[in-house]
Amino acid sequence: MTASIVGTAVKRKEDHRFITGQGRYTDDINRPGQAHAYFLRSPFAHARIKGINTTQALAQKGVVAVLTGKDLAADKLGGLICGWMIHSKDGTPMKNGAHPALAVDTVRYVGDHVAIVIAETHAQAKDASEKIDIDYEELPSVTNPAVAQAAGAPQIHNEAPNNTVYQWELGNKAETEAAFAKAVHKVSLDLTNNRLIPNAMEPRAAVGEYDDGTGGYTLYTTSQNPHVARLIISAFIGLAPEHKLRVVAPDVGGGFGSKIFVYAEEVVCTWASKKVRRPVKWTAERSESFLSDAHGRDHVTHADLALDAGGRITGFRVRTIANLGAYMSTFSSSVPTYLYGTLLSGQYDIPAIYCEVDAVYTNTAPVDAYRGAGRPEATYVVERIIEEAARQLKMDSVEFRRKNFVTKFPHQTPVIMNYDIGDYGASLDAALKIADYKNFPARKAEAKARGRLRGIGFSTYIEACGLAPSAAVGSLGAGVGLWESAEVRVTPTGSVEVFTGAHSHGQGHETTFAQVVAGRLGIPIENVEIIHGDTNSVQFGMGTYGSRTSVGMTAISKALDKVEAKAKKIAAHLLEASVADIVLENGEFKVAGTDRKLAFHEVALNAYVAHKFPTSEIEPGLKEGAFHDPTNFTFPAGCHICEVEIDPETGVTRIMKFTAVDDFGNIINPMIVDGQVHGGVAQGIGQALLEQAVYDHESGQLMTGSYMDYTMPRADDLPSYDLGVTNTPCPSNPLGVKGCGEAGAIASPAAVMNAVTDALGIKEFNMPATPSRVWAAINRTRQAAE
Amino acid sequence: MYQFQYFRPKSLDEARKLYENNGDAKFLAGGQTLIPTLKQRLAQPTALIDLGGIGGLAGIKVAGGAVTIGAATKHFDVASSPEVRKAIPALAQLAGHIGDPAVRHMGTIGGSVANNDPAADYPSALLALGATVKTTSRTIKADDFFTGMFETALEEGEIITEISFPVPEKSAYMKFPNPASRYAMVGVFVAKTAAGVRVAVTGAASSVFRETAMEAALTKSFTPDAVANIKVSPSNLNSDLHGTAEYRAHLVTVMAKRAVAAAR
Repeated sequence: MTASIVGTAVKRKEDHRFITGQGRYTDDINRPGQAHAYFLRSPFAHARIKGINTTQALAQKGVVAVLTGKDLAADKLGGLICGWMIHSKDGTPMKNGAHPALAVDTVRYVGDHVAIVIAETHAQAKDASEKIDIDYEELPSVTNPAVAQAAGAPQIHNEAPNNTVYQWELGNKAETEAAFAKAVHKVSLDLTNNRLIPNAMEPRAAVGEYDDGTGGYTLYTTSQNPHVARLIISAFIGLAPEHKLRVVAPDVGGGFGSKIFVYAEEVVCTWASKKVRRPVKWTAERSESFLSDAHGRDHVTHADLALDAGGRITGFRVRTIANLGAYMSTFSSSVPTYLYGTLLSGQYDIPAIYCEVDAVYTNTAPVDAYRGAGRPEATYVVERIIEEAARQLKMDSVEFRRKNFVTKFPHQTPVIMNYDIGDYGASLDAALKIADYKNFPARKAEAKARGRLRGIGFSTYIEACGLAPSAAVGSLGAGVGLWESAEVRVTPTGSVEVFTGAHSHGQGHETTFAQVVAGRLGIPIENVEIIHGDTNSVQFGMGTYGSRTSVGMTAISKALDKVEAKAKKIAAHLLEASVADIVLENGEFKVAGTDRKLAFHEVALNAYVAHKFPTSEIEPGLKEGAFHDPTNFTFPAGCHICEVEIDPETGVTRIMKFTAVDDFGNIINPMIVDGQVHGGVAQGIGQALLEQAVYDHESGQLMTGSYMDYTMPRADDLPSYDLGVTNTPCPSNPLGVKGCGEAGAIASPAAVMNAVTDALGIKEFNMPATPSRVWAAINRTRQAAE
Repeated sequence: MYQFQYFRPKSLDEARKLYENNGDAKFLAGGQTLIPTLKQRLAQPTALIDLGGIGGLAGIKVAGGAVTIGAATKHFDVASSPEVRKAIPALAQLAGHIGDPAVRHMGTIGGSVANNDPAADYPSALLALGATVKTTSRTIKADDFFTGMFETALEEGEIITEISFPVPEKSAYMKFPNPASRYAMVGVFVAKTAAGVRVAVTGAASSVFRETAMEAALTKSFTPDAVANIKVSPSNLNSDLHGTAEYRAHLVTVMAKRAVAAAR
């Protein structure tokens, strides 16, 4: 019975506490004697700080302290770091400007941290912040990445001439140029990938606490990877030795990448807790989230595709400017490079690819990984130009894709990735059937009769999950290895505690991981507890991002191998049989071919009692750990099909049908996987139709600083999804799983925009397809025709 | 928000006195605009005078060819009132699409009208239906009430007590919501009344206004085609990151046409 729990839609164990309001988030944590912090932020996009006078602020009621960048510098704390080194094509390392946790002499974006005010209440801290007198000298700013490198553009960091962080390349330039020289057809496309603001439901928060008795710090924070935060704050920022810093990431209400990074507020609250000898608590207001959470995407791209006479792709060339904002966030350098260029082959057999990326500083919030991180940007470029090529060649876009699909595995692309397995035709076929593709012309005609423009768009995507082989990412510049760890502790009564370095902030690990354990050991899922998020209890871990819990689950699986092996040895003694004859079936250790057996909990108890086996040969106890380093990325892939209808009078686009067929390999919990696809597609549709962070190019102010102007998807913006799965089990992990957390956000924007451009009959049209922009496009087309 | 004093008077008279005796006091009705404004620290009143404790300000009456709604009546109560739905279905429908359910259970008609947000829904209903606003000191015609962006004919300390809508022959309200805020980017209220056809537009400009060319066309022929080709000048309309003035001008025509088609 329990053996079949893997692959079933077990209800989420964690939902009881979330739904009944009993989750414990960082803001729910209140420490004795705590004071409250407010961060004063820059109102200017770019300014020199000529002086800060805190005298009046310090005199305000309830104020405990006002600290600035000078105080941080006096304590010799290091700045925030970027943990992935990228080299430019000329071999030089990226040009990374300093990133102090509190600005010292220059502010570089609206929202940049200038001072922390600590008071008895948050309101008092905020009141006092208005009394800080700052002498700013406003400087010209640049927020548009397309002009950041221009001669005469305001310079943001002295270390980075022309605001250029790096000029990176990937692929084979000569072969690609040769392909274009011989090409029969060439297709070009200019694209932007709109800037997004993550908007996790739970805003960022931090509570820093210094213990004078032990000389240790504790940081409670909204983090997707508490161990990595501890490592960075200790080793690079130098706040405390690693063993004197505990980082706890309790329940976290959504991250989508934005909570991977180490932020100024976490560092400053922890540092300040020693200065004021009181715990210091900060919770972001939503406005602060808009201003200071790391944003996502923001690419400007030109792409060219070369094809032969028969419609086979022979070369692909991509040139991108990526906006990294005013400072390099923790992993920002990797996103438009190794998480982007490496996916430009898509599902296609392309013999030559060459990609160039210029990363630029601008006077905007830092940009880093956001659900998909580089892969949505790559998929958007590939799938938009594939669709456009089919249109220009007057080929059916399905057949055009099929003609160019990779069909033999493993497949080495020209851009590093080695696709291990897949069946792109299978997911395409399944999606065509669910979407009822053959009757699309009838639906289009029927819509036309109602005065609506109906369009269809495809996205046959691939992505890379399971980040990642440590040696591989190390060779590409990563400062860390991307293995994962697990420890499985069997209690004397036979229940199981699993300590995982992965972190759950909405993914349902407490259920999925428990299914893996329960299924393997044959014990009830209620007897399994998944523990994560506290550096004091979990050995070490790299955290959760990049749909990499295949790595975490494999570490658990490996630890379970060890638990099972040891338990079998003990069972062999108890059952007076040879270890080789012991089998674990349905929660019982049996002597094969006999009726002699022991329940799992009986073996567990004996492991701890240790009366009945020689402890000189077998140590007492039943607890095993494992570190798993993957041998390859995993490659989820699939086909999304979107059908839209546009009201030409108003420009409103409605999604009429959305089909997603994904190959995630084996699935542990199909309900949770469906939920991940739903959420990802919602974010992808949000990007395609609704969301866009807009900075005013003159003043550098964030124009979309609240929900009054930043359009988050609402339920009535979204359709019901038609989902399907295909399965080619992943060969590089024993569970055969690939990862499902980002596919929806990666695949869907291209499908939506291919449908919109199909409906409008136009080539170039950038996201988001808001009503006013669609209406303007219709007008332009109409005027051009007249 | 900044600190302020809070009062909850029991009568209009007490409210007026509190207002006069407090330097920079503000009246608080449903608070659906004022409270967020305070939270953002965009206003710093010395005192809030909560009108919610004053009896007799809420309620709906239909009599003498008019629907009269007390100033403290919540949007939800207007939207769900069988009397309003029967007499002026467009008004109930409008109220049912203000904000979200939380806003509709807190926000009041008097608060909305007194605030005169350029993108609020109610001002278009008042103007198109030829409503009258009754206050603590007088009665004001809708045509004279809305004077500019967030500005009305209300004088210092004057409080709206009720609003009276003559029942039209038929009417409809069509809103094109801002995709982000869901406020009206353009909302058009069309009413065929005994006194003629009136068309009021909200969301598109700095304040609600009447579209007289459309009124003239609809007086001749109350059909969607009568307004379908009337081009609205974009010159005084709003332009922002959600849409240009030209787009808003176009939407006025489209929403007017759809409102005429939907009128009942």
